[in-house]
Amino acid sequence: MKKLTEIRWHGRGGQGAKTASLLLADVAFSTGMYIQGFPEYGPERMGAPITAYNRLSNEPLRVHSNIYEPDFVAVVDETLLDSVNVTAGLKPEGAIVINTAKSPEEILPKLNGYKGKVYTLDAKKVSLATIGKNIPNTPMLAAVVRASGVMDEQLFLDNMQASFKHKFATKPEVVEGNMKALSMALEEVKVYDGSK
Amino acid sequence: MAIQDRLSGNEAVSIAIKQINPDVMPAFPITPSTEIPQFISQFIANGEMDTVFVPVESEHSAMSACIGSQSAGGRTVTATSSCGLALMFEMLYVAASNRLPITMAVVNRALSGPININNDHSDSMGARDSGWLQIYAENAQEAYDNFFQCMKIGEHPSVQLPVMCCQDGFITSHAVERMELIETEKVKAFMGEYKPEHYLLNPDQTLAVGPYDIPQYYMEHKKAQAVAMENARAAILEVAKEFEAMTGRKYGMIEEYCMEDAELAMIIIGSSAGTAKEACDELRAAGVKAGVIKVRVFRPFPAEEIVAALKGVKAVAIMDKTESFSANGGPMGAEVKAAMFGKLGDVLVTNYIYGIGGRDVKVDDLKSVYDKLAEMVKTGKSPEHYQYLALRD
Repeated sequence: MKKLTEIRWHGRGGQGAKTASLLLADVAFSTGMYIQGFPEYGPERMGAPITAYNRLSNEPLRVHSNIYEPDFVAVVDETLLDSVNVTAGLKPEGAIVINTAKSPEEILPKLNGYKGKVYTLDAKKVSLATIGKNIPNTPMLAAVVRASGVMDEQLFLDNMQASFKHKFATKPEVVEGNMKALSMALEEVKVYDGSK
Repeated sequence: MAIQDRLSGNEAVSIAIKQINPDVMPAFPITPSTEIPQFISQFIANGEMDTVFVPVESEHSAMSACIGSQSAGGRTVTATSSCGLALMFEMLYVAASNRLPITMAVVNRALSGPININNDHSDSMGARDSGWLQIYAENAQEAYDNFFQCMKIGEHPSVQLPVMCCQDGFITSHAVERMELIETEKVKAFMGEYKPEHYLLNPDQTLAVGPYDIPQYYMEHKKAQAVAMENARAAILEVAKEFEAMTGRKYGMIEEYCMEDAELAMIIIGSSAGTAKEACDELRAAGVKAGVIKVRVFRPFPAEEIVAALKGVKAVAIMDKTESFSANGGPMGAEVKAAMFGKLGDVLVTNYIYGIGGRDVKVDDLKSVYDKLAEMVKTGKSPEHYQYLALRD
């Protein structure tokens, strides 16, 4: 059976939304899936709204267009909720994941009446506490794995550890902080199910 | 065992170049092909390959340096996009007419103006008559696979022509996809050593490269170049067969998808061919006899193959990712219609300009093309001239 998960990432240039989509593609690949990870390119400006995408499937992927009806949306910067229609086309049986200090109930009025699940995570707090810098995309990655269920969470953590060890081969001390960011994100992420 | 990896098109082509380890790579960076010379420079700095990288001050110089090194007898590659290819224009003809099998990664991007960095085929289509072979990829896997084949076809003794290995800018070049790499030992065995028949650094044979040609011989030299392009057809298939034996992946001049009993066909190049296959599947599920012809090789043009694939088709849409301002359609439209002339008189034809300047090409857009074809069959009429797909009102 063909199983396709489509994810749209919203962020601002320089925040790592593109990197997050590539990391997710990477970890999904390592679990044996077919993957696409790609940003929507234009004149690159630091701070401007950007979009990145993931297609994850158990079968080869052929479509080469942007994603208009995503299963999941991840918002790396909550100020985008005021300027970008982040829920456009988002499937009600899917979910939205937002980086914010607010609770899902508090953020709900900004979601254009979205009926699906709303996940929130204070990714800034998590990354400051674990990595020591505001790098929201690492914790957001964990929250997206939770929301989408695209892979087993333990398998995700194991593969990320291997990936961090490889990525930070010259500075192994960074691995622990990043792994803590992922596990703390999985503890801290909150959910509101609007369909119930 | 093939190596599973997840790479962007630019990464994939850079790894192909690393595995080939050519003698020389002159290049000048331009979006979206910039990563290719960047990765190669890193590989060289890391000691992973020993190609001589020549940083130049423009693309005109890049192609000039390619001509110099390939004439000297060195296996030479480069990469470019858009205005970079345009700046090479003069030298493209020199490379081809001197029968120099340079392999160039072209990462397709719109030509200015208005200035735009996104994908269409206006750059390489503008150079379609320069005497270079052109092979287009649907995805990163094909960009990688094609690069080896492009070089081997170009270097084939019966061809000896330069080759453009094209992939769609950003859509393919910057998207990470799962793909298979070939072991380097196998690549080396497949590519063999480059042994040109004539080259400048051969002390036993004096040679002039690029002298003035007089009217008494110019036409004969051009005819010889045209014969080489004709010979490329057989070389492309021969190399594809050898490649299939190595990897199991099959390539040809065109790829037919659901064409056996197709009544409505779309002829398309590059990354959108994958999207067209999805549109085709969705229509097939609804009982529509749709099919896709993906053009892999544009030069030499696969006229016979396309005509054979169109047998039994009632209506065909020819898709051009460039505007040629002929006021009569795009280059693919013109080529396909010329190929069909006198052979497929009953087939209804339309020509679309689509996806230029990075306009996203969606499954639904391509399904609407099939809807148009069905309407043409119903009315028995081809639309006049050509049309634009998914144009804003």
